Amino acid sequence: MTATLAQAPAATRGLVEITGVHKSFGALHVLKGVSLTVEPGSVTAILGPSGSGKSTLLRTINHLEKVDSGYIAIDGSLVGYKKRGQSLHELREKEILKQRTEIGMVFQNFNLFGHLTALENVAEAPVVAQGRTKAEARRRGLELLDRVGLLDKAAAYPRQLSGGQQQRVAIARALALDPKILLFDEPTSALDPELVNEVLDVIRELATSGTTLVIVTHEMGFARDVADTVVFMDQGQIVESGTPAEIFTNPQEERTKGFLSKIIEPAFNI
Amino acid sequence: MRWRVSYAPMDVEQAATATGQDTAGRQSHEGPGTGARTGTAQQPPSGPGQGRAAADYSGYRVVAAKHPWRWVGTAVVALGVAAVLWSLATNPRWEWDVVAQWFTAESVVRGLGETLKLTVIAGALGFVLGFILALMRLSASPLLVSVSWTFSWIFRSTPLLVQMLLWYNLGYLYEKISLGIPFTSVTFFEVQTTTLVSQFAAAILGLTLNQAAYSAEIIRGGILSVDQGQLEAAAALGIPAWRRSTRIVLPQAMRSILPTAFNEIIGLVKGTSIVYVLAYSELFYTVQVIYNRTQQVLPLLLVATLWYIVITSVLSVFQYYIERHYAKGAVRTLPLTPLQKARKFFTIRNNAKELT
Repeated sequence: MTATLAQAPAATRGLVEITGVHKSFGALHVLKGVSLTVEPGSVTAILGPSGSGKSTLLRTINHLEKVDSGYIAIDGSLVGYKKRGQSLHELREKEILKQRTEIGMVFQNFNLFGHLTALENVAEAPVVAQGRTKAEARRRGLELLDRVGLLDKAAAYPRQLSGGQQQRVAIARALALDPKILLFDEPTSALDPELVNEVLDVIRELATSGTTLVIVTHEMGFARDVADTVVFMDQGQIVESGTPAEIFTNPQEERTKGFLSKIIEPAFNI
Repeated sequence: MRWRVSYAPMDVEQAATATGQDTAGRQSHEGPGTGARTGTAQQPPSGPGQGRAAADYSGYRVVAAKHPWRWVGTAVVALGVAAVLWSLATNPRWEWDVVAQWFTAESVVRGLGETLKLTVIAGALGFVLGFILALMRLSASPLLVSVSWTFSWIFRSTPLLVQMLLWYNLGYLYEKISLGIPFTSVTFFEVQTTTLVSQFAAAILGLTLNQAAYSAEIIRGGILSVDQGQLEAAAALGIPAWRRSTRIVLPQAMRSILPTAFNEIIGLVKGTSIVYVLAYSELFYTVQVIYNRTQQVLPLLLVATLWYIVITSVLSVFQYYIERHYAKGAVRTLPLTPLQKARKFFTIRNNAKELT
């Protein structure tokens, strides 16, 4: 079972190439020339202090934020732009939406549609964005809710669910479009400590499914366990990246050491 | 760590003092007063259940707080209502017989029909146009934003009466309306303005455009009250913009739109009476025409008022159920409707009867 899951991906889709990305909000320079390659089917954890630009970087990958300069490509095609001759033309809304269906996103605050049931949340986008039939979307929705362990909550409204359950529905919703890439923006930061694990378990299961995962997180233990690559960001730049072993046990940069000591040491002192 | 150690004995002392005070307080009715506070604190607590450990209250009966003044208040209000009703029923000057005579008179009912027609058409068109204007105002296009803003600005700053008369007298300002290419002699068709803008058309135009300007702001307010994250999530899922507005945002905005929107519609029901300036025979104009003839001013105004009350009451029931529909998902459990409450009340009673 796990063997087939691990083989299935073949790791041919979901390559993310970020090249020299800059982004400013007014006078605030949030991303200062970020370049990063995420291999197909890999799991990348982005760490760093708040305000370091992690979430913004994640949001540029599905064009929720427009970059000021630099570019992002997914499997070789540019996000948000089309190359024509020597210039890049901004895509129309419709084409951007189509690109986004290949990139799932899970938010810190879940952002489930409050007036729709769990199943309706999951089955909405496949119908309107991918043109599937309602029956098909519902069947697939139930499958996905089952996969995140919430089949019995299909008819519940988000407000009737715990934070952990809401986030699992949100993950099912993102999976419903069969994305190549899944982006997680601090998926457990809004959760009570005892609910964190049920969400991490779902993500852990996804890590072996062949979908490319990019996870902004503060869960160091989780990043160490699950990620293939750990990226440390500070002040709008990638300070260093490497395998979890390299980053956690032998960080090269002072800033990484400082951040890790602040995050990890108190945990040992308790 | 330190505070914890020193706190424990203090805790005991304080508790002792507390029970002591209690005893002192009771004794003060007979004794010299509360001066003996520290003295009594030394005494062992008197009577059972006065010890430090929480007493066992499991055998006690819980008695709800009583509100005697509510009953007094209810009686006073009931008396006032009764007095008003009595005067309404017994004062012959209300002329209820005249009210009854005209209440379902054919002309009045026809006027009522016109009022409802104007309200429904102008209300529906006004809110649809208002929704579009609200979306324009919130769009990223500077052109759409300024068009929407200007629309609201013009129609909110001119009196409805003036708008109405301008529409009706459009034929005076522009004799003919033609469609063609501006500044050339090419015309596709041409009509007399007066044949195009009838009383009815002028009334609908005036009411709709005015209503649209106000409802645009109400809907915009509702949309702004929906969390930005909802739009982001929808955009991230590739849901198209129009669908995002109608399927994701609007239903959630409804909760804050509805109370104000119903205010507007109820206002519009009575506001339609302004079309009297066009001599349009809706409910209020009809009633005026009648009392000018029969001189029964008060009873006929009552006829119109009673009909307005009926319409508003029906709308209020609609409002209740529509609001309830949109509360789905916003509250954990919906409260029972009055009907459900009544049904529950009677089933419980029946069950109780069966048991006895």
